[in-house]
Amino acid sequence: MTFKEIQHHAKAEWEAFANSEKPRIYVGTATCGRSSGALDVLNRIHAEIEQRAIDAHVIEVGCIGCCDAEPLVDIAKRGRPRICYSHVTPEIVPQLVTDYIVNDNPRPDLALCTIGQGEIDGIPNLFALPMFKPQVRIALRNCGYIDPGNINHYIANGGYSGLFKALKMTPEEIIGEIGKSGLRGRGGAGFPTATKWRFCHDAPGTEKYIICNADEGDPGAFMNRSLLESDPHFVLEGMLIGAYAIGATSGYIYCRAEYPLALERLRIALNRMQDYGLLGDNILGSNFSFHIEIEEGAGAFVCGEETAMIRSLEGKRGMPYARPPFPATSGLRGKPTNINNVETWANVSAILQKSGEWFAGYGTERSKGTKTFALAGKVVRTGLIEVPMGIALRQIVYDIGGGIPDGKEFKAVQTGGPSGGCLPASTLDIPVDYEHLAAAGSIMGSGGMIVADSETCMVDLARYFLSFTQAESCGECVLCREGTMQMLEILTDITGGSGKPGDIDLLLELCEAVKSGSLCALGGTAPNPVLTTIRYFREEYEAHVNEKRCPARVCKNLISFYILPEKCAGCLICMRNCPVDAITGGKRMIHVIDQHKCIKCGICLDVCPSRFNAVAKVSGEQPLTPEDPIPVGSWGKTS
Amino acid sequence: MQFMKDRANLIPILQKAQEAEGYLSPQAIAEISQFLDISENDIYSVATFYALFRFTRPGDHIVKVCLGTACHVRGGERILESVERELNIRCGQTTDDFKFSMERVACVGCCALAPVVLVDQDVHSKMTPAKAKEVLARYKTHGEDI
Repeated sequence: MTFKEIQHHAKAEWEAFANSEKPRIYVGTATCGRSSGALDVLNRIHAEIEQRAIDAHVIEVGCIGCCDAEPLVDIAKRGRPRICYSHVTPEIVPQLVTDYIVNDNPRPDLALCTIGQGEIDGIPNLFALPMFKPQVRIALRNCGYIDPGNINHYIANGGYSGLFKALKMTPEEIIGEIGKSGLRGRGGAGFPTATKWRFCHDAPGTEKYIICNADEGDPGAFMNRSLLESDPHFVLEGMLIGAYAIGATSGYIYCRAEYPLALERLRIALNRMQDYGLLGDNILGSNFSFHIEIEEGAGAFVCGEETAMIRSLEGKRGMPYARPPFPATSGLRGKPTNINNVETWANVSAILQKSGEWFAGYGTERSKGTKTFALAGKVVRTGLIEVPMGIALRQIVYDIGGGIPDGKEFKAVQTGGPSGGCLPASTLDIPVDYEHLAAAGSIMGSGGMIVADSETCMVDLARYFLSFTQAESCGECVLCREGTMQMLEILTDITGGSGKPGDIDLLLELCEAVKSGSLCALGGTAPNPVLTTIRYFREEYEAHVNEKRCPARVCKNLISFYILPEKCAGCLICMRNCPVDAITGGKRMIHVIDQHKCIKCGICLDVCPSRFNAVAKVSGEQPLTPEDPIPVGSWGKTS
Repeated sequence: MQFMKDRANLIPILQKAQEAEGYLSPQAIAEISQFLDISENDIYSVATFYALFRFTRPGDHIVKVCLGTACHVRGGERILESVERELNIRCGQTTDDFKFSMERVACVGCCALAPVVLVDQDVHSKMTPAKAKEVLARYKTHGEDI
């Protein structure tokens, strides 16, 4: 089949589906949806329509990004937009089927939004929602919209037209188009993609490799997982374009084993491509041949680093090596190799499908296009978002994220994972681009964005990241191996209440040493979380060291739990739930926590009914409490 | 075996072996060593580098507590401790009856639903110590049925 024929076939299928007389039901079954119970919902939908003999299309789609509203189910009727229902449970499915599918009542009270053209009274459009208004979807444009397992859905929505166009261009022209777009690597470092490709294109040799870096190891990041689960072809098309431009004949997708669904959907996608002659020898009848293999990672964060990934693909320990030679000239098996991140590849597809100029129309002068972020932590609306470069952090946290839950105060936003930094409220108005984030001491990174509130301890967060990088250090460079260990010990001392004067300055000194003494980016950026938290939250460190106090009341050794005698109603709930029997009391007796027995798990605070609110978590203070249980109401009268 | 005799296949072979037995037994390592013509030492040096590989028999259910950043700021550490208390083992250990093993993982990418715990392939989201207890109790009683 020629590409025109494939396109025609795909469009016919898509249109028959989109204009079908039958209602269409879309269930979001990416990992976020599944962990909220989407598969139970899906099963219930199948059972329900079968039992009631309703003729409907039921398809699985990826994730539109509203992770906190999962499971999401959309129902569409002919000529009307999809209505997206959030927090759907199996129990509510029969109701939805009766109300909307049978009785034509769209139930605006249960709906989140509409998706697509047209309006339905009382339900806002997706892009009118505060979470979506500031967003521009390029990499995520199909996510939640098409069936990721159906290549025709992708092709009918412009898919593989970028490859078709590219195959009629020269490699130089393609690289020129990518250059015009201003695209920079989305894996974190932000190296210009066209420059990287040119190096590899110009490197001598007939055997070259393309690698898709899907080893999304940053804790707190799930952009790549979601994209691969929701629209794998978008990434694969980019790889083909890159391979053609560079002159590569084989490619690898190095994907984390922790992402089983992404791996499964990639495998399905590769098979469908083969069916259509989009993979293998003489792709679409051209002289271009390309093969892709999937490699599962084995749980080593450092393998996200290019040279470590290459070693891992060669069946070795994933330890980085010194550059030059760069992978572009000597990479996998000593051959020229080009590695790009999942999101970069999706952007490549978009650029070739539209144009470099169009892409460059978004973003700032030096950071073009959009960036996906995994917004999580202490924020009302968590999820996967895509924003134009240059948007203010404030807009992301407050407009898109809806601010901090439970009326608490914003403290910091962490970008770039273990390689990035914590940015305080004073930086909320900086534009999000490579340069401004670096100037503030953080990095763009691959897109993890974790919001911290007044109950997040910045010293503990720095210790957390250091414990991660220390454990993931491959051990090759002495300063990374030993330096991060020393830093972690100091941070553990500080958070454990045994910090000494001078510790903070010693940490700063170690930071500089680790930065300059490490071969790869893991060590080179490992000190960033410590440096930024000291830069912006030094007083919090000082409170730990000098006053043995954790202002955020997080560090276990520095906090205590007490039951407030004036509030305790003697209801026994905390006492029954305490896992170490540290609480004494009785019915209508004021309960008392034995501070020696208490393991500070905080369960008493969780279970104390909010109408009493009798458990206090304190640091550096000690409320007055009776030594032994006394009758409720007697506190303050006898003493 | 469906693999070619090529060192580049070492990690996929190790993964396959672990999938079959649940861990890398000394016998499996010896067989792989013979097949690829690489010393057992060399194989152990690679296998121990990667967190995925286990060298002792795991329990029937593997409980993975996520300690990614989002889980950390939302109290992942407390969940870890409550699972340890509930199973009466430490992270990295297996219960005496080989029913449960527990591990910590860096991030499973469900950050928006933090804190999360995986039992085998199932993700349990928005955990609290009380919910962890409930979830584990279900696996304890129903065993394989879940």
